Amino acid sequence: MSATLAERTSAAEEAALGTVPSASVACAHCALPVPAALVVAEDATQFCCGGCRAAYDVLHRAGLAQYYALRQQRAQAVRPSWRSYEEFAHPAFETQYVRELPGGLRQVELYLEGVHCAACVWLVERVPLVLPGVVRAELDIRRSLAAIEWDPTSTTLPAIAQTLDTLGYHPHAFRGVKREALRRQEDRAALARIGVAGAIAINVMLAALAMYSGWLQDGMDATLERYFRWVSLALTVPALAGPGRVFFRSAIAALRTRTLHLDLPIAIALGAGFARGTINTLTDSGPVYFDGVTMLIFLLLIGRYLQLRGQRMAADASELLYSLTPNAATVVHGERLQEVPAAALTPGMTLHVRPGDTVPADGVVVEGASSIDSALLTGESRPEGVVPGSAVFAGTINVSAPLRVRVERSGEESRVARLLRQVEESARRRAPIVLLANRLAGWFVALALVLAMTTFIIWSLREPSAALDNAIALLIVTCPCALAMATPLAVTVAVGRAARRGIFIRGGDVIESLAKPGELILDKTGTITEGKLALISSDLPEWARPLVLSLERDSRHPVAEAFRRAWCGVTVPNALRVEHVAGGGIAGTVGGRQVVVGSPDFVAARAHARSHDPFVTVPDLTPVHVAVDGVTVGYASFGDLLREDSAAAVDALRERGWHVRILSGDVASVVARVAHALRLPPNAASGVVSPEAKLREVEGLRVARRRVVMVGDGVNDAAAIAAASVGIAVHGGAEASLATADVYLTRPGLTPLIELSDGAARTMWIIRRNILFSLAYNVVGVTLAMTGTINPLVAAIMMPLSSITVLLGSWYGHSFDRAPAQSAA
Amino acid sequence: MSVFYLVVPLALILVFAAVAAFVWAARKGQFDDLETPALRVVPDDEAPADPPTSPE
Repeated sequence: MSATLAERTSAAEEAALGTVPSASVACAHCALPVPAALVVAEDATQFCCGGCRAAYDVLHRAGLAQYYALRQQRAQAVRPSWRSYEEFAHPAFETQYVRELPGGLRQVELYLEGVHCAACVWLVERVPLVLPGVVRAELDIRRSLAAIEWDPTSTTLPAIAQTLDTLGYHPHAFRGVKREALRRQEDRAALARIGVAGAIAINVMLAALAMYSGWLQDGMDATLERYFRWVSLALTVPALAGPGRVFFRSAIAALRTRTLHLDLPIAIALGAGFARGTINTLTDSGPVYFDGVTMLIFLLLIGRYLQLRGQRMAADASELLYSLTPNAATVVHGERLQEVPAAALTPGMTLHVRPGDTVPADGVVVEGASSIDSALLTGESRPEGVVPGSAVFAGTINVSAPLRVRVERSGEESRVARLLRQVEESARRRAPIVLLANRLAGWFVALALVLAMTTFIIWSLREPSAALDNAIALLIVTCPCALAMATPLAVTVAVGRAARRGIFIRGGDVIESLAKPGELILDKTGTITEGKLALISSDLPEWARPLVLSLERDSRHPVAEAFRRAWCGVTVPNALRVEHVAGGGIAGTVGGRQVVVGSPDFVAARAHARSHDPFVTVPDLTPVHVAVDGVTVGYASFGDLLREDSAAAVDALRERGWHVRILSGDVASVVARVAHALRLPPNAASGVVSPEAKLREVEGLRVARRRVVMVGDGVNDAAAIAAASVGIAVHGGAEASLATADVYLTRPGLTPLIELSDGAARTMWIIRRNILFSLAYNVVGVTLAMTGTINPLVAAIMMPLSSITVLLGSWYGHSFDRAPAQSAA
Repeated sequence: MSVFYLVVPLALILVFAAVAAFVWAARKGQFDDLETPALRVVPDDEAPADPPTSPE
């Protein structure tokens, strides 16, 4: 494959330049250094690019300059796409995304890229000041969703989208709008149920406390006791009929379908406790159990709510995937170009794809030659050349020159959409996270009830006066709190501490899966390697560097960016008559000298001599030659560098027993070289693995009941990440992989994986210790109560002690606190 | 101890009021987004000196 150095300047690219750190003047908007060529001597404010200037102007005209005082970190250089967002006004778009509000207003939810701090919230919510006609803009920063309401008579959605774009937040249509309203209702109802259940549980507990202390003082006033029993009963009825109804409903459904459901023992415990309590209240004898029943409802509802939230986040995330796939396309109608939503594309249409744009549908190139970056889809690290007749896929990025593409499959039929569907399916197929605590609590309560009744019956036969006391002591002492808290507490502490170390863990089951070593599959591009081209070796005279940089300064091509990163600090002269050639290179005049940079063929065609021969060619690296005034003076090789810590981290993980493998979409020879560098056996690395094949591989291992941990960064890994026992997305990955991953690493490199493995093992040890302790506590407590050794007062003192012990054990458990093992250094 | 016959119903009425308030707030969506509002209070709003008339 040859180098594909080709460029085409456009307004968008002008906006993207400005990363040459040769000047000391800071941009008034983003505070990045302004390139020397763009410094306007007489101006008080300087800008690194047109985008920043536009954003600054908009803010000042609208009286929003306060933004600059508010923000804590410097803004990113604004890279507006300058798109017209014409497709946002298309009828197909409107029916899909836009809601009509009473009073003629319209509402849409847009996913905004790049919102991250208080200043962003402030700015986005002031869009109504910038653009009359926008009635309300509200940002949910956790999900990067902006709800926008506007008056269609005074402004249009494309105008709103353009404004957001100018401010540096690229808007994407959010697909989940319709479902969103329904979900919100559900969430709110769940929260209301928890509130009601909690208030009832605590008040019943207060009444129970009064009765327990009454018993301890050799009986309370009989009328008063009856009164408290009736108050408890009166409070328990609404708790069961209202918030508690969900358990009975699903238990009945389970009975009807003749399946075992978690809610079954819970419903039995609740039902039995309530029935027995009611009978005892009516007959004025025995314990009432209402406190236990209502507290159980409350705690179980909380558990269920948290579980629902987790699932929602996963579902939201897969909606965001769709938002990130291209939602607009430029259709060619004879001479005219028209922006339409991607949903309106049909096979046979001809599309115009600008450089830098994402290809909106699967199709065949009919005109133009360019290179396509499919790193997101396949993991291939180098852009691939395309010519008329080549197939291109939705979701890939056109790097160098404009293309005309005939649509073959669009929307749901495209390869990326099918891949994303697989992601969703894998996520759904995965067994629901069963809260162990819930399951235990149900059986535990049922068991405690049975034991309490047994105690009561046995003691009634032997010594009726002690029967009640012993049964109550047992009910108090067998508080499921310690057992129920053993797992969640340890997990919560571990998750919180891991987050502080830049490791975000989505669920408790993840920790369990990571505690023991298993299969560890690593993606190559972006995971083991940096994921971007870097200058690896060069043989180029010192004087030629400014000439090359000058040509490459305004280019968005990966090679140009690699040049700029490698040679920062070099003073850059201005280039004239810069010519970009698709699939070849770049040529121009710098300081009167003719400079050509590009693939060997491209340069050879424009140079008549070589300063020295032959150039060293390294396999698997992208070669770039440089010619000045017709003489080839040197070359540079580009490749994807290994991350610094990769080799050490892989060694440390293998030492811990992990079976490390590489699955990559990249060329086999590159993958083999990386495996060699990581000291992995050659059979542990496979190249040219398509996203679909990755998914099959992971599923195959799971069918074989192996524990699979998949580590990756791109859309190409998303399905495999979702299907794995544990999916881990690494720093800088595509949103798609973040969305489906169970763990997200915000620190670059693979070292956090070691911490994760060690921390998970320690957390599991703490959980086991907690469970063992609380089981031992309960066994001892039940024995003491059943033998009549302890009275309710002693039981009441013992109960919180067990919970406190578990709490302290979890807190001081050092799950993620220790420094990463030294072998990783 | 007969004061209980008065105090308990009073307490329950208070609880009912609190629960009703919570349910109302939950239904109104006050708990939908717990993160953004915290960021929203940070800046002191000052009236824009020059109200925008033609921003484009």
